[in-house]
Amino acid sequence: MRKNLIGTLAVSAALMAAGFVHAQEIKSIKIGTAAAKTGPGAGGAGVTHWPNVKLWVAQVNKGGGILLKSAGNKRVPVELIEYDDRSSNDDAVKAIERLATQDKADFIIAPWGTGANLATAPVFAKYGYPQIAVTSVTDKGPELAKRWPNSFWLLGGGQHMAGSLVDLLKKMNAEGKIGKKVAMVHVADGYGLDMVAGARPALKAAGFDVVYDKSYPLGTQDLSPIVNEIKGLGPDAFIAFSYPPDTFGFTEQSKIAGFNPKVFYVGVGGAFPVYRNKFTAATIEGVMGTGGWDVASPKIQDYIKAHKEANNGGEPDAWASSVQYAALEMLQQAIERVGSLDRAAVTKELGSGEFDTVIGKLKLKGNVRENPWAVGQWQGGSFYGLAPTNLPGAHAPVLKPAWK
Amino acid sequence: MLTAILVASVLLGGAYALMAMGLTLQYGVARIMNLATGETLMGAAFGSFWLFTAMQLSPLLSLLFIVPLAFAINWAIYRWLLTPLVRRAKNQGMLEVDSILATFGLLFVIEGAMLAGFGGNYYSYSFLAEPVTLLGHSFGLNRVVAFGVAALMALALYLGLNRTRYGTAIRAVAVDPVAAGLVAIDVPRAAAFAFALGGALTACGGSLLSMFLTFNASMGVVFTMKALIIVIMGGVGDPRGAVIAAFLLALVETVVAALVDPGLTLAATYLLFVLTLLFRPQGLMGRRT
Amino acid sequence: MIFPMQRREVIAVVASTAALALLAGLPLADDGFWLALAISIASYVAMATAWALFSGPTNYVSLATAAFFGSGAYVVSALAETAPWPVVLVAAALVGALLALATGLATLRLSGVYFVIFSFGLAELIRQLVTYYQTQVTGSVGRYIFVTISASEIYWQLLGLCAIALFTGWAIQRSRLGFALRVIGDDETVAAHSGIDTARVKVLLFCISGALIALVGAVMAPRFTYIEPQIAYNPMVSFQVVIMALLGGSKRLWGPLVGVIPFVLLHEWIAGRFPNHTHLLLGMVFLLVVYFVPQGVSGWLEKAWRRIRGESA
Repeated sequence: MRKNLIGTLAVSAALMAAGFVHAQEIKSIKIGTAAAKTGPGAGGAGVTHWPNVKLWVAQVNKGGGILLKSAGNKRVPVELIEYDDRSSNDDAVKAIERLATQDKADFIIAPWGTGANLATAPVFAKYGYPQIAVTSVTDKGPELAKRWPNSFWLLGGGQHMAGSLVDLLKKMNAEGKIGKKVAMVHVADGYGLDMVAGARPALKAAGFDVVYDKSYPLGTQDLSPIVNEIKGLGPDAFIAFSYPPDTFGFTEQSKIAGFNPKVFYVGVGGAFPVYRNKFTAATIEGVMGTGGWDVASPKIQDYIKAHKEANNGGEPDAWASSVQYAALEMLQQAIERVGSLDRAAVTKELGSGEFDTVIGKLKLKGNVRENPWAVGQWQGGSFYGLAPTNLPGAHAPVLKPAWK
Repeated sequence: MLTAILVASVLLGGAYALMAMGLTLQYGVARIMNLATGETLMGAAFGSFWLFTAMQLSPLLSLLFIVPLAFAINWAIYRWLLTPLVRRAKNQGMLEVDSILATFGLLFVIEGAMLAGFGGNYYSYSFLAEPVTLLGHSFGLNRVVAFGVAALMALALYLGLNRTRYGTAIRAVAVDPVAAGLVAIDVPRAAAFAFALGGALTACGGSLLSMFLTFNASMGVVFTMKALIIVIMGGVGDPRGAVIAAFLLALVETVVAALVDPGLTLAATYLLFVLTLLFRPQGLMGRRT
Repeated sequence: MIFPMQRREVIAVVASTAALALLAGLPLADDGFWLALAISIASYVAMATAWALFSGPTNYVSLATAAFFGSGAYVVSALAETAPWPVVLVAAALVGALLALATGLATLRLSGVYFVIFSFGLAELIRQLVTYYQTQVTGSVGRYIFVTISASEIYWQLLGLCAIALFTGWAIQRSRLGFALRVIGDDETVAAHSGIDTARVKVLLFCISGALIALVGAVMAPRFTYIEPQIAYNPMVSFQVVIMALLGGSKRLWGPLVGVIPFVLLHEWIAGRFPNHTHLLLGMVFLLVVYFVPQGVSGWLEKAWRRIRGESA
């Protein structure tokens, strides 16, 4: 169903409550979204994009909708229009064009993935839609924001993410918890290379001894040769900038090989709930991963609960999910402050205002979110943010015990 | 070190053989280039996942349900979906085009059904993910078990094709369907049987692979491509070729990962494939046409 | 070259020129969704027609389309910021032709399904090597292409490529090369015995086809803004081109054209109506087409045309 049923029902309910239909009344706010439901990106978008969009629409409409001054200071429900971009950038461009010109969406949620966000950025710019890009790890955020002033980049880039990881290792080394030997492996794809490009100079500057630094191609099915070789080198810290299937593979192989470094770090997927469900909380105690949140904060706790209710018990991941949800909260608050569907004014507000979201107070600088979470760790079955260490709610790292 | 590489490559080769053995039967005997083979694999993986998480049924026991079911479904697919295409095809080329188009449609249907049931998320579960020591090195028990079952299957297939009357008939169809018909072999039935058996083997592979791979509904095409490479490198019409190709590719992948650079593993396997065909255009065990 | 033209052909040339002029005006009417859709269609028409130039007459099903497309896109990422656009296009066409030459020379001994999968393996090999090169040398697989080319300009270039592909196909059919091809397609042994250098003909054709597909990749690259091997060398592109061309019928020059248009439109309609079940429904429709339109869309159209003429005559 293209038109969201809940949205339509809410519209009718609101109209009936009003008792009459005013000629100029805005019946609903059309929010468009296009992301992967099929293809290689479907796995990632199925975790971070779709469940949060679904949750947000349900939450907003439960509260009556978005408050609009221009509609007589009334709450107007959200109507969701969704498309599948089949993980193809060509289709993503087509879908955003369609949302902008055919469906005449009032606002469009940024797509999932670095490639799709960059391919569609000119389209968002052409029609003056704000683009709050979440799921794209790029160091070029500031440059992109300059090129497309209506774009906002929320997840950070490799330099910050990998730099924070190295800072953490440095601190652990200074405290005498770990030695200087680091083994690093990365997937030969966008995320892995961005991260390793940030990690290499940082590790060198911090004086770490990198004993292994190699890539592996996307879709590698047997990671045991890599794990066995690294085990033989006996590093203190193991860093894998990996994608979900490899994240699972490295963990399983390391457990089988009895490879027990003091720091065990994996990339995308390490913060997914399915990771814990597969390996059990006891097994992954002390595993670090890309991402993080202040899991103890009441807001995040409420968010997790609501996310589970809206998605048949599905939990959010501890990296991009809450940020995606926060991006949607930002959009809602910006619209309410402007009081109308004026996209230029909303874009301006997004860039200059401060927003109260599930991930705390959020204020962008130069359209980029500063100092996002970079490293987290499984401790007692929950994924806690560790670094940057100056963030509120940052936990102290623990050394990884032997695999159970 | 060397023994570790060898054992690892043998285990990986077993996994690759599991992906390709069914397809080689389907293409070699029934002459259907089944582009939906990866989706069959994924379907079985989801089946095992569901039986394991919802009913606590071990993936090895779930084979007892999934394999016969896959056999029946594939029989039906051949009987109702593909037989009309086989009948109307005037030559092998036309059948190839039609079967590529039809199984491409089938691929979307199966994938769409899995998406409707499971969504696009990643799935994975732990089964026998414990170390077992072979020749002084640790390996995953799930991989070893999968290899064992693959080896048993390959042996059974070999004996079935070479030591039974019906197996001989199937091999005859693989060599020349027209001549096979002349010597009173029921060619349509043999082809349907081979297609169904191929589908059952693929499903068995999917259940076993699900024990140690992370998968989602959209990943089938990755396995289809791997299987196509293996089948063609081995040579059409001889399951032994596929098994040999699977082990060669796995050996190259493991050796390159351990001794050269893991970044080059896939490049090396594709290079081996390309070179093989350059020097043996009919594949390792294929017959010259 | 002067061809003696028949009246039918004159009509065809005039009609297609008029159609082209009409299509070129589309961006004036709408530069949003419909233009985006038209770009999608034009890119696939150009690729499928170029694909069928080689694969139609020779019966060699190539799955190397992604290799040409991706290499064209990568030429743009390497040169676009330093060289003028026409130079970039010429370079892309050359790279495509050279790649096809190397592939063609290497694959002469292969036939049937071995060629199909070989071409696929080769495309994947190139993708892996490009990835590894970028990992090792430039330290990043992703490349940003900040070239300001509007969607209308991309569309016009694609339309030009469609015209070139169709014209090339028409010119080949009329030439000695085309005659040689038809003989090869009917029976390669007969062709070789009657003194046709089958190898040279096939390789030449493959080069033309490869250069055109690489050009499509080059023209489309600025639309992506960001490319990485995953995006540029997407194997689904190879499969879709084959499927669309076969659906239309690869034996006729205009076959791929009538395969691409309904496929893309149908897909767009299903994707808009049922975003959660696109693949399921698309697959079912696809199966129906395979069963009920056995000679491809072009065969079906021709039959329908003959029936109309037969009835009216």
